Amino acid sequence: MHATSLSLRPGAINGDGIFQRLSFTSAVVILLMLIGIILSLIDGGWEAMVKFGPGFIVSDTWNPVGGEFGAAAAIYGTLVSSLIAIVIAIPVGLGTAIFLAELTPGWLSRPIGVAIELLAAVPSIIYGMWGLFVFAPWFSQGFQPWALDHLVALPLIGPWFDGPPIGIGLLTSGIILSFMILPIITALTRDALKTIPSVVREAAYGIGATPYEVITRVLLPTIKNAAVGAGILGLGRALGETMAVAFVIGGANRIETSLFMPASSISSTIAQQFNEATNPLHISSLIYLGLVLFILTFVVMGTARLLLKKR
Amino acid sequence: MTFIKSVIVSSVLAAAAFSSALSAETINGAGASFPHPIYAKWAEEYNQETGNRINYQAIGSGGGIRQISAKTVDFGATDAPMEAEKLAEKGMIQFPMVMGAIVPVVNIPGVKPGNLKLTGALLADIYMGKVKKWNDPRIVDINPDLKIPDQAIYVVHRSDGSGTTYNFTDYLSQVSPQWQKNVGTNTDITWPRAATTIGANGNAGVANFVRRTRGAIGYVEFAFAKQNNLSHTQLASADGKFLQPSMATFQAAAENADWKNAPGFRLLLNNQPGADSWPMTAATFILMHKEQADAEKARQIIEFFNWSYDNGAEMAQSLDFIPMPESVINLVEAVWEKQLMHNGEPVIR
Repeated sequence: MHATSLSLRPGAINGDGIFQRLSFTSAVVILLMLIGIILSLIDGGWEAMVKFGPGFIVSDTWNPVGGEFGAAAAIYGTLVSSLIAIVIAIPVGLGTAIFLAELTPGWLSRPIGVAIELLAAVPSIIYGMWGLFVFAPWFSQGFQPWALDHLVALPLIGPWFDGPPIGIGLLTSGIILSFMILPIITALTRDALKTIPSVVREAAYGIGATPYEVITRVLLPTIKNAAVGAGILGLGRALGETMAVAFVIGGANRIETSLFMPASSISSTIAQQFNEATNPLHISSLIYLGLVLFILTFVVMGTARLLLKKR
Repeated sequence: MTFIKSVIVSSVLAAAAFSSALSAETINGAGASFPHPIYAKWAEEYNQETGNRINYQAIGSGGGIRQISAKTVDFGATDAPMEAEKLAEKGMIQFPMVMGAIVPVVNIPGVKPGNLKLTGALLADIYMGKVKKWNDPRIVDINPDLKIPDQAIYVVHRSDGSGTTYNFTDYLSQVSPQWQKNVGTNTDITWPRAATTIGANGNAGVANFVRRTRGAIGYVEFAFAKQNNLSHTQLASADGKFLQPSMATFQAAAENADWKNAPGFRLLLNNQPGADSWPMTAATFILMHKEQADAEKARQIIEFFNWSYDNGAEMAQSLDFIPMPESVINLVEAVWEKQLMHNGEPVIR
């Protein structure tokens, strides 16, 4: 290849060639691992794939006693809780990032920045336990009764808030997920904002723009791609998040309009049932469910990237 | 250089010594999480007395069965006993090690712990969503002395697969034909939609929701209810007498059970006959392969279980587990002697 033509004198160690081969190997190993994971998921889930076929995705029955399995309820729970998380986390994360990078003096933004990075490093089970023991009790006594009094009557979105005030469920897990992905989105967008040269800001202010105009017309369009990328990363984490969701989603395999009702997600179903599953078809269905999550993540990420390209 | 060399040599030697010590004496087991506290306690005491190490991993009953089937551990443990044919097919033996009890726990304003009376049929109907309020006439009828409020019932269940759920749903299947027909028994089930359900992670999650949610009912292991001061209920025995959960009523259930005629010791202790038998009592089981590759190791494993039967009763009770009765232990010992083999020779002589 081209690398060999770059070596300077005969007899010298071809460092470039070795380096190229090493990095090529690393890249190939990643690809092989990905293929290996897909193959082993297909192998493990084969029994369920043969039995239920593609209908697995649209059936919402999950009955370990009768041996009937379908993924629809878990897919629904995964998508809706991730959607709630993104809807909350993107505006808040963006706002925090703008505040930190543009509107705060260094002595304040630095400690807050460190705190946000620390938040990103908190293990998900901590979020789950906090959600269960601290957030859910408050949610069931504070927000939910209020929502039952005031929001249920609203057109369209009313039915979302009509359910028993038990503190856990789809909405709670979406909110907990938003807390988890908030630091990622904030940190990435803040870093992107910081890469914008000061000259750009000075020029904008120079022609008489207000801070609001500078941020919305100049800075945000510049980091658009980075911000969407941060959102995609956050979405990826939300889709696959397991333990935090398992604690607060309520483990019910059903599709309900109310966001207060307990539901289930793909990853929490796998985590909660795999240990105690003895029936081979049950185990196989759980692995099939894993494959569905794999494909789902692929599709969602792919769509997000496509949207990014089109703009 | 010499310093580095000596460090390497000594660390290799230390590692070798360490690993040989481990391989000679550590016995590995894995499975059910419910008996983990008592297995860990026994293992610790046994280690202090004999120096032999027992390493027990609480990975869940399903995991225990998979690991022992693949022979990656020396013994497996499960809450849901395997069927005799399955055992024969896999060439394994199964024996009960210790017992536990499950109790219903409630949160009803104005009702004190241990005061509410429930029957199995009522419990099943509550979990099926047929009884939706605490002041339902069927509940009030058997609790004439209590002032029960007009309060909706929230049904709390385990959202993770669990041996506790297996035993609880087995009991409901025994006392309610409709439950058996429409819901069934498993470590994880589809909970009836008619009830307002809350799925909670682990015993701790169930305890948390019951304590916090007005009108909630849940099921937890007795040890958990006691240690967390949850409000338990009375429950009617198979003969119709209302009982408080206590070591005496649990032991009555164990003694009245017919272990002799249970192939592979596959016996669920729910709803046992006897006026004083607590109706939700369950044994937890050990699995071992009949053919043992290493006779010495097999003897060490059995030694530990034997020691636990002989010396472990008090420790079990202190952790709110129920020791196996003497008669059952004799049956298990006979199985060890007859069925554990190494190259055609019995392991235990």
